[in-house]
Amino acid sequence: MSDVEGGTPPVQPFGQPEGRLPDPEDSFGQRLALAQRAGGLVAPLLTVLIAFVMGGLVVLITTGKNPIKTYQAIFDGAGLNWFFQIPWDFDSVAAFNLQQTLIQTTTFILVGLAVAFAFRCGLFNIGGQGQYLAGAIIAVWVGSSFEHMNPYLHVGLAIVIGTLMGALIAGIAGFLKATVGAHEVITTIMLNWTVLWIGVYFFGLGGPLQNDTQTSVPVSNDVVEGAKLHVFWGDPLLQGLHIGIFFALGALVVYSLILNRTTLGYGVKAVGFNPEAARYGGISVARNYFLAMAISGAFAGLAGAIDILGWQFRLSTGDVQTSVVGFTGIAVALLGRNTAIGTGLAALLFGALFTGTSTRNLDPDVFQPELASNLTLLIQGLVVLFVGVDILVLWLLGRARRRKAATT
Amino acid sequence: MPERSLVLEMRHVTKRFPGIVANDDISFDLHEGEVHALLGENGAGKSTLMNILYGLYHPDEGEILIKGKPVRLGSPSAAIDAGVGMVHQHFMLIPVMTVAENIVLAQEPTTAGVFLDIAEAERRVKEISDRYGLAVDPRARIDQITVGQQQRVEILKALYREADILVLDEPTAVLTPQEAKELFEVVRSLTERGKSIVFISHKLNEVLEIADRITVLRRGKLIETLPGEGATEAGLARLMVGREVLLRVAKTPAHPAEPLLEIDELRVVDDRGIEKVRGISLEVRAGEIVGIAGIDGNGQTELIDAMSGLYPVESGRVLVGGRDVTSESAHGHLEAGLGHIPEDRQRRGLVLEYSIAENLALHDYRSAPVSRYGWLFPRRLIQRARSLIREFDVRGGGPTTRAGGLSGGNQQKVVLAREIDRDPKVLIAAQPTRGLDVGAIEFVHRRLIEERDEGRAILLVSLELEEVLSLSDRVLVMYEGEIVGEFPPTAGEEELGIAMTGGGRTGVAA
Repeated sequence: MSDVEGGTPPVQPFGQPEGRLPDPEDSFGQRLALAQRAGGLVAPLLTVLIAFVMGGLVVLITTGKNPIKTYQAIFDGAGLNWFFQIPWDFDSVAAFNLQQTLIQTTTFILVGLAVAFAFRCGLFNIGGQGQYLAGAIIAVWVGSSFEHMNPYLHVGLAIVIGTLMGALIAGIAGFLKATVGAHEVITTIMLNWTVLWIGVYFFGLGGPLQNDTQTSVPVSNDVVEGAKLHVFWGDPLLQGLHIGIFFALGALVVYSLILNRTTLGYGVKAVGFNPEAARYGGISVARNYFLAMAISGAFAGLAGAIDILGWQFRLSTGDVQTSVVGFTGIAVALLGRNTAIGTGLAALLFGALFTGTSTRNLDPDVFQPELASNLTLLIQGLVVLFVGVDILVLWLLGRARRRKAATT
Repeated sequence: MPERSLVLEMRHVTKRFPGIVANDDISFDLHEGEVHALLGENGAGKSTLMNILYGLYHPDEGEILIKGKPVRLGSPSAAIDAGVGMVHQHFMLIPVMTVAENIVLAQEPTTAGVFLDIAEAERRVKEISDRYGLAVDPRARIDQITVGQQQRVEILKALYREADILVLDEPTAVLTPQEAKELFEVVRSLTERGKSIVFISHKLNEVLEIADRITVLRRGKLIETLPGEGATEAGLARLMVGREVLLRVAKTPAHPAEPLLEIDELRVVDDRGIEKVRGISLEVRAGEIVGIAGIDGNGQTELIDAMSGLYPVESGRVLVGGRDVTSESAHGHLEAGLGHIPEDRQRRGLVLEYSIAENLALHDYRSAPVSRYGWLFPRRLIQRARSLIREFDVRGGGPTTRAGGLSGGNQQKVVLAREIDRDPKVLIAAQPTRGLDVGAIEFVHRRLIEERDEGRAILLVSLELEEVLSLSDRVLVMYEGEIVGEFPPTAGEEELGIAMTGGGRTGVAA
């Protein structure tokens, strides 16, 4: 599943004339690429480590609590301790917590892929949130209608339409980028708001998708039983783990296959790496911008549909306005370095953090969940902030080397 | 030449990079008033050695003495203080500022400690330029003077900072033959006034013309230091490459057949509305090489882009193999049988992050056998890459090596392999040997002639007059967007040089 297109770092069996020296005239980007290739895992791990250390310091300084104990409580709250409780009890509290973590992970994988795919084409899809909501809104509508439909068809229909809706929304941004050059960051942010207010209108009082029974509550109808995703671990009534996670894992494989094994992926990456070379190669840059955005949006739309059919079952105007999962996708993709495996692992990390610090899961004797959820956001923010950590480390190493050389 | 005092000694310098010894026990010295050329292929260690001298790198072993005193050059500013000046291949000038402002930058004369004293700056610049015979108007803006003059500004900048040792890195790469001649005059006048010069180059004729002594590096090792007098091009090439090299590839007379590339009254207008190609008509026949000579910026780039579908055509027609591709996309041009070795292999010719195998598929990844129904077969890419790597002698890695990790010469071989393997009818070779070393140039030249003999129509566009003359069967000179003359390849450089600067045009109102 790994991204093997870069392959092994260049072997230089012929010695210096053919090998490439790290030249000071190399652009910073070139040196960065070399360093990233040298330690693909180091930088993300370092990023997480620094974020955790800084988060721990904040805990220590502001509350005087023991940061290590706090992290351990979050770890337990996320249900990750379940793996160490052998023999495994599939009905324990830890198991329940782990189910919650994995439900979150499912969403984060998909919204992370939405950001990552666009990145591979050199685009910054900041509209994962809008695409996610678009998928969720249409899935609520499809899922709460057609009560007597065949369940398999019903689920399938809701998921496909939700996915297409995400693709459509992102496709608008892609189309604008491809045709008139409108910057995708601007258009996707605008589309986020467009979708948000459409949702508020749909589910608001008197809106076309407001529920049929309580006219004073701005919420949709519930998804009918037949359209819900099957829960295969835990109690369906207590929000057990639904099969959506397999969609997410499947999406990771699809992501990797598209990028590494298809002509589509070849074109998308070529445009992402070097649009000028792609153009020269006869690849349509505009077409790839559109396709990359649409595929990005499809991942986010799928995430929205799966959340609705898997555990949320309804949407209120409040949900529409307060949800931010799409933005977490940015942190997931950045930390995962836009690879399939990286995105999966980063999604798991954030899934565990969000679950582990929720009011329901964190032991309040160790740390107040209200504060802890801020800690999660803090760590998320630091991860985004430290995306450039490789650059920083590279610079610091270079400086240390220069210093050493100057003094010896 | 009487023995003069040593101004620079680099003793037993060794510099290692991971996996590579870039400079292996190199000793290099420079006398007062001497031109010492540093000759070697790309990657031989010339730049590393000079970057050590300029304080950008630190040697792992060895020492540097300037005027007999050991120095530690921790940074470029330390090097400047020690009297070392460097003129890079790519100028570091601010285009919107004047010559004088650029020269005094960072060491400006001031009044009252804060205000830039422009008059004083101009006076000092004038004084230095008079002293060394480097005529340049201190008040001219950088973006309004020629490349040759910009180079003088770089030299003046070093002199203003009181450099005694000047390092010129491939100084003639950007110059016209006339400007190169003027540069040599400047170099001579500098050495007469006691300055010492390190002249980095891989052009043998220049080195022979200007250098008092020549040091040849190969694969990080010092091969020989020899006096300029008595050295020959063939001898130096052998030292550089380590084997006999054909400096001018042999070729038989061309047998041109049917025209494969026809360009008819082509006009191209750039973004700013300036007409860059002004009604060019030309024809390249199967089995001939037509060379376009000209100074950079006379519309060559726009001509190539327009005829390969990368830039819109204002008016006129382009026919490849008889098919009118004027209004088609780049893809359409490729389909019609156009191969294009682009001017800038790093920016355009290659996706540096892609492997060699992937780069070789840049034009045909959508067609069988490397893909089918949108499904890519990486193993087939690798197989093909393996055979092309062998055929084109690409060194430095295998099919999965990143193209960005290859040296310039090998990158160019990858581009060449891709374009030739497509079996194009027409091959556009834009600056095919720019920045390559002798060995790689020989390879590219030989291959181009072979392809000509295979019956392809080859259009060679190059800023290197010598290259155009040695490869072409016909030479067209381009000046300000027009073809101003056609010459046989036996024409003299002098004659062409005049045409290239617009001197050959007749009937043009002055």
